[in-house]
Amino acid sequence: MTTRRQFLVLAGGAVAATATHAQLPPDIAALRKAALAEAMHKVTGDAPMQRGRVRLDVPVLIDNGNSVALVVEVESPMTVADHVKAIHVFTEKNPQPYIITAHLGPRAGRARVTTRARIADSGTIVAIAQMSDGSFWSDSVDVMVSVSACGDEGLN
Amino acid sequence: MARVVVNMPKQARRGEIIEIRTLAGHTMETGFRHTQRGELIPRDIITLFTCSYNGVEVFRAELYPAMAANPLIAFHTIATESGTLEFRWTGDNGYSATYSAAITVD
Repeated sequence: MTTRRQFLVLAGGAVAATATHAQLPPDIAALRKAALAEAMHKVTGDAPMQRGRVRLDVPVLIDNGNSVALVVEVESPMTVADHVKAIHVFTEKNPQPYIITAHLGPRAGRARVTTRARIADSGTIVAIAQMSDGSFWSDSVDVMVSVSACGDEGLN
Repeated sequence: MARVVVNMPKQARRGEIIEIRTLAGHTMETGFRHTQRGELIPRDIITLFTCSYNGVEVFRAELYPAMAANPLIAFHTIATESGTLEFRWTGDNGYSATYSAAITVD
């Protein structure tokens, strides 16, 4: 039979175990920044990234991070010789930096992609356009999130 | 049965840039959430969306857990000729949905 003391020791151990399991690493902000930088580097390689030509349209104040409207528009004639090959969107504070990668071509006519994302926390959202000539252009927006996309736990 | 919605014009002039809006009914479970008992809910998302115009791919997108539930994807294409647009969503656990829409170009 379990005595009260034994029970408390066991229960305490179980609580401590779950607490350490659920804890995030203390340098989480730095880790996620590094993950974002790595994800962006995977796209651009060693090519320089220039600001401009891309317009990332996203509300600066986000009430609910579960569904955030994103519009990325790139200035490009979208001809066979000069078009946008891909649009990549990243976020800084999510467990993973990737949101979407869209592959376009001259048949798109217009380099504009609309979608909805989950944003975990206030931070930077980055859109990168990969041009057919091999250059990379970007735009970023710093957003404030009131209700995180990661706030609600699953049911049961 | 997977539910999808595609909104695009039925008719267009040749060379016109048309907007296509697509929506797929999917929870897009991130794989980062836990149940109240502490068990991880496995990832279940749509990972790829493609659109082909008379058999030629005109748009493709790779999706990640950071996409909102019921992912909306809107994009443009040039109405080149009459025919059909094929939309395909594929994802975890063998998820697959297709939709096709006809367009008349004059």
